[in-house]
Amino acid sequence: MPRRAQLVALLVLGGGVAGCSGVQTALDPAADQAASIEVIWRTMLVVCGVMYLLVLGFLAWALWRARRPAAVDDAPLPAETAAEPALARGLTGWVALIVAGLLVLTTVSFLVDRSLAEVGPDPLKIKVTANQWWWQVEYEGDAPTDRFTTANELHLPLNRPAVIELHAADVIHSFWVPNLSGKTDLIPGRTNYMAVTPRRLGAFRGQCAEFCGFEHAKMAFDVVVDPPRTFEAWRRHQIQSASDPVTAEAVYGKQVFTSQACVMCHRIQGTDAGATVGPDLTHLASRSHIAAGALPNDTGDLQAWIADPQGVKPGTAMPRVALNSGQLNAVVDYLETLK
Amino acid sequence: MGMLARATVAAPLLAAALSLAGCNREARDLHPAPAAETGPKSVSVSDLYPGPYPAPTPSDPRAQVYDGNAFHIANGQRYYEWFNCSGCHFHGGGGIGPALMDEKWRYGGKIEQIYASIAQGRPNGMPSFKDRIPETQIWEIAAYVRSLSANADKLAVPSREDTMRGPPPLNNLDREPLKGDPAAAKAGGG
Repeated sequence: MPRRAQLVALLVLGGGVAGCSGVQTALDPAADQAASIEVIWRTMLVVCGVMYLLVLGFLAWALWRARRPAAVDDAPLPAETAAEPALARGLTGWVALIVAGLLVLTTVSFLVDRSLAEVGPDPLKIKVTANQWWWQVEYEGDAPTDRFTTANELHLPLNRPAVIELHAADVIHSFWVPNLSGKTDLIPGRTNYMAVTPRRLGAFRGQCAEFCGFEHAKMAFDVVVDPPRTFEAWRRHQIQSASDPVTAEAVYGKQVFTSQACVMCHRIQGTDAGATVGPDLTHLASRSHIAAGALPNDTGDLQAWIADPQGVKPGTAMPRVALNSGQLNAVVDYLETLK
Repeated sequence: MGMLARATVAAPLLAAALSLAGCNREARDLHPAPAAETGPKSVSVSDLYPGPYPAPTPSDPRAQVYDGNAFHIANGQRYYEWFNCSGCHFHGGGGIGPALMDEKWRYGGKIEQIYASIAQGRPNGMPSFKDRIPETQIWEIAAYVRSLSANADKLAVPSREDTMRGPPPLNNLDREPLKGDPAAAKAGGG
């Protein structure tokens, strides 16, 4: 094999294998639903692959047969040649094969579709509202004190089914965590539901899968599957109000936050900031990304985001607020205390 | 070239030119250069001027950018709801605050004057939003408020509002002339 062909084969093989695991792939299922969908995928691959090879095989055979010299024969064509009964049997078999393949695909698709609609016992209830371009996440609870709101990050307990209620605030979006399940649209004025039963610990990435405007590409979220005990600790912490800042810098940052434009859109539970237009920032520092997956959550990126949101995500609803550098540093300092 | 031939050539060109002009309706600069935002400098809230020849309020060049632009007016409509302007002014009909869909303007109905009223606040309840809303957004809200009384460009205002609405759509209203509020003028206001 020439060296270049070897390299190409290696790249293709390597790319294929790399696609099989990761934080955002349907080929590495971490939940019952994604595993069922993977069954469809494998069935389709086998059925369609076999048919493809058969068709190509027959095509090659026909090409090979055609390379005989044409028979020079002026005799009239007989009514029935000797090969005809065999050809008729072959055609019948071929039709039967196609019907069988389609039947297998239809049956598997029907069974998987039914299994996706099933919800296990005692499901966790989560409400997700898609906005241009971020995700509001509300955890429901039996009592009002058990409910809390966060953004762009879902935590799920291992082995417990979760029912995710999907809403849209402006345009049509689509909720997609490939490792956990398929896509479900979020449609304004309509409530959709999706069930997920995570079976493997890990952090996964979700993404809006329906074009929804300028920043559709930067509309991602994180999903973390925790052991039940860790999840319960996280849940109890999220319910709590934000702690008061201690250092002078952070105290000043809080004052800037509540006296400037930030307070018009964002909520920090336990402070005067109570607006519900933008993401809830009560426990911002506990999240791994900001701006719906556009940037990692660290000091530099937080400063860059606040200093010039339209530079990071042109078109986002977050405006550039005229803060001086002292105010900017103080606000970021304060936001980083919101663990 | 015959008249008919000339018309066949000219018609598509004219149509193209017209449709290109329509593009400006939604022209938007998502990431304008960070200029020092200062708001309109000198805004008079009164239509009374000393002297025989009344000098009009100087027009701010930025006013034109926001006034006839569908993108900015639509943004203004969102902020009007988000920042709870509707809490007092309702959707133009007024309630706790004065109506915005009529022809009465206590502090002037030009976009600069509305900007100044939002930024500075006004007596008897209108808060000052100067530090709470960035200037671009105040401009956008002012552009939307002007459209409530059909004073914005009809080609730019939305044909469908985000909220329920009794009167005809904003782009189908008759323009209300700008007037001062006679009651306020009598009481000594602007």
